[in-house]
Amino acid sequence: MPGAAATGPARVVARDWGWRHAGRKAWAVRDLDLVIEPGERVLLLGASGAGKSTLIHALAGVLGGADEGESHGSLLVDGVPPERARGRIGLVLQDPDSQVILSKVGDDVAFGCENLGVEREEIWRRVDASLEAVGLDLPLDHSTSALSGGQKQRLALAGVLAMHPSLLLLDEPTANLDPAGVAEVRDAVARLVDDGSSTLVVIEHRVDVWRELMTRVVVLDADGGVLADGPPDLVLDDVGQRLADAGVWVPGIPLGLAPRPVSGPSAAVITTDDLAIGRTRKQPVQERLGLAVPEGAATVIVGPNGAGKSTLALTLAGLLPEITGTVTAAPQLAGRLGSRPIRWKSTELLTRIGTVFQDPEHQFVSSTVRNELGVGLQALRWSRTAIDERVSEILEALGLGRLAEANPFSLSGGQKRRLSVATVLAARPAVMVLDEPTFGQDRRTWLSLVRLLQHELERGATIVSVTHDAGVVEHLGDHRILLEPLELGRRAA
Amino acid sequence: MTSLTAADRSTVLHHRPPLDRVNPVTKVLAVLILSVPLLLTIDWVSASTAVLLEVMLFPLSGLRFTALLKRALPVLVFAPIGGISMLLYAKPGGTEYLSLGFVRVTDNSIELAVAVTIRVLALGLPTILLFARVDPTDLADGLSQITKLPSRFVLGILAGARMLGLFIDDWRSLALARRARGLGDRGVVRRFASMAFVLLVFAIRRGSKLATAMEARGFGAPNERTWARPSRLGRADLVAVLVTIVIMAFALSTAVLAGTFRVVGQ
Repeated sequence: MPGAAATGPARVVARDWGWRHAGRKAWAVRDLDLVIEPGERVLLLGASGAGKSTLIHALAGVLGGADEGESHGSLLVDGVPPERARGRIGLVLQDPDSQVILSKVGDDVAFGCENLGVEREEIWRRVDASLEAVGLDLPLDHSTSALSGGQKQRLALAGVLAMHPSLLLLDEPTANLDPAGVAEVRDAVARLVDDGSSTLVVIEHRVDVWRELMTRVVVLDADGGVLADGPPDLVLDDVGQRLADAGVWVPGIPLGLAPRPVSGPSAAVITTDDLAIGRTRKQPVQERLGLAVPEGAATVIVGPNGAGKSTLALTLAGLLPEITGTVTAAPQLAGRLGSRPIRWKSTELLTRIGTVFQDPEHQFVSSTVRNELGVGLQALRWSRTAIDERVSEILEALGLGRLAEANPFSLSGGQKRRLSVATVLAARPAVMVLDEPTFGQDRRTWLSLVRLLQHELERGATIVSVTHDAGVVEHLGDHRILLEPLELGRRAA
Repeated sequence: MTSLTAADRSTVLHHRPPLDRVNPVTKVLAVLILSVPLLLTIDWVSASTAVLLEVMLFPLSGLRFTALLKRALPVLVFAPIGGISMLLYAKPGGTEYLSLGFVRVTDNSIELAVAVTIRVLALGLPTILLFARVDPTDLADGLSQITKLPSRFVLGILAGARMLGLFIDDWRSLALARRARGLGDRGVVRRFASMAFVLLVFAIRRGSKLATAMEARGFGAPNERTWARPSRLGRADLVAVLVTIVIMAFALSTAVLAGTFRVVGQ
């Protein structure tokens, strides 16, 4: 097996390295000269589009062959191309769901060792040790689909760790996790690299999570090469503001948002009475909810994973039926078919309660951004000219004009999020319900989104957001609804 | 997906039933032994004998009777449907009892109807009995280690199949999102097509992410792969194969002795 004899932390050397994805004009990474010494812990930063992910995939040897793109210069891990050292390099990616490979915890951790040809007894020894190292205290036959996001990421980490990697690569491992999950994963990584047995490279735009653990920060320049390189404190002092402007969450740099004006109590626009909610009738996740959403204000729904926050949002928005009890819209909001949103027609919802889903792609239905914005207005039977006018106005206001003819699925994460909000704004709903609107957003897209929503509030809209994000609570949380998970006993009864 | 596994768990008895000691690969062979002869013959005695013997062996499977009924429900519903079409439209022969346009109920069609109904049961039942409690991972281990199917292929399917649960969640969200976008009132066909398209996009993207994750864990490396879970054949497998052969032989010879034995096409 190539490179199997070598042990200990790996050394990475890039010489004038570059990569261009097949079919693209621009190089994703170029002119990169970088040496990472064995045992270093490097936080890799840069604006979105600076090629961080491309570099980390290249280091893992999973960029693909010549039909996937074209490379330049050399990139070596302990003197060999990464594809030939794969077993010694561990990669953990952003999306927890697409990294679980097998259905039982033990089998999933063993998978990498099997591929490397490790002996059976040794595999199970390593599985036990790795699960302990990442703090996953679960039976080996525990189902992997029953894990939380943070647990799935720690499982992926354990699978990588069992391979005894010399180089550990983490590509935004905590971007899709709630605060508890972020801490779980960060602490597990801290324990792993403590003994200095592997070199660590992390991409993450939330710097404060990783800062303490890192020995070095490398900032990639979107125009090629390295923008800054050195000890974390020095680099962040030096180019912190530039990084913040490019979207990196640099600690200590203020957001520059005005605090929300203190408003008096306002009448409720949606109320619930003795409400029980659930995705299916058999499994209520909350019961006896008596809530009120104040009109013209910003409400946040907060609470730990599994408390039913998204389910509540979708029920308030007239998308999921109540299990028992009722959701009632105030008279000014009520439709022809009464005051319960779930009874309204789909087109009636459009102008009354608009919903932004957690994954923007779930709500895209057209092949261009322009058509996407017009879909709801067409359903409302607006005239062609009125639609064109409104769509142009929205494109302009949200800075999506340049992308009017692009396919929604081809946009970046931040653009997709803005488009999903824009499609809802187009029909001017009185109430907007947003499920985790800032998930995975960098600082720049986060700011543009929160400003946009604050602007809607000023125009008199009501906003309800489900969130884990302290920034959203601060800037869009005039009113707070805290959900605690139902006790298991009660839920079963 | 989670609720499915929970339901499965409730059907598990506490002691280990004999059928669990049989390797999943052997079960594939057993299903072939129990079904191929029945596909080639068409008479009611052989199929009924096979069904009867299989039901008698049901306690060995470790399934609860209610669980068996639940799983067998589709087969129980569809078997008579196949039978009724035979009853009404099969090649006429013997005494005629009813004639209405294309519909002709005769001795021949009645016999065929009964035979087909029982045959569908006889084909469905062993599959349910043998595979109700098979863990897909164990089957993949067996197919790779015992039948030596390429592991790239078998493990690829195994890992991919796990994603089905995610697609069910996606589908629900897609449906809710279409209602939220004002498209929920009409155009069912178009809506379905657009949801199917998005799901396809998700499938391709998830698939390639999964492939990356698997490659990053050394999948497809040129060296010899080892197996954390050995898949072995033992006495139980020999017994299982012998028992299924006996069942089939008994069923076919009963039909021959009863004089009803009939091969397809005759």
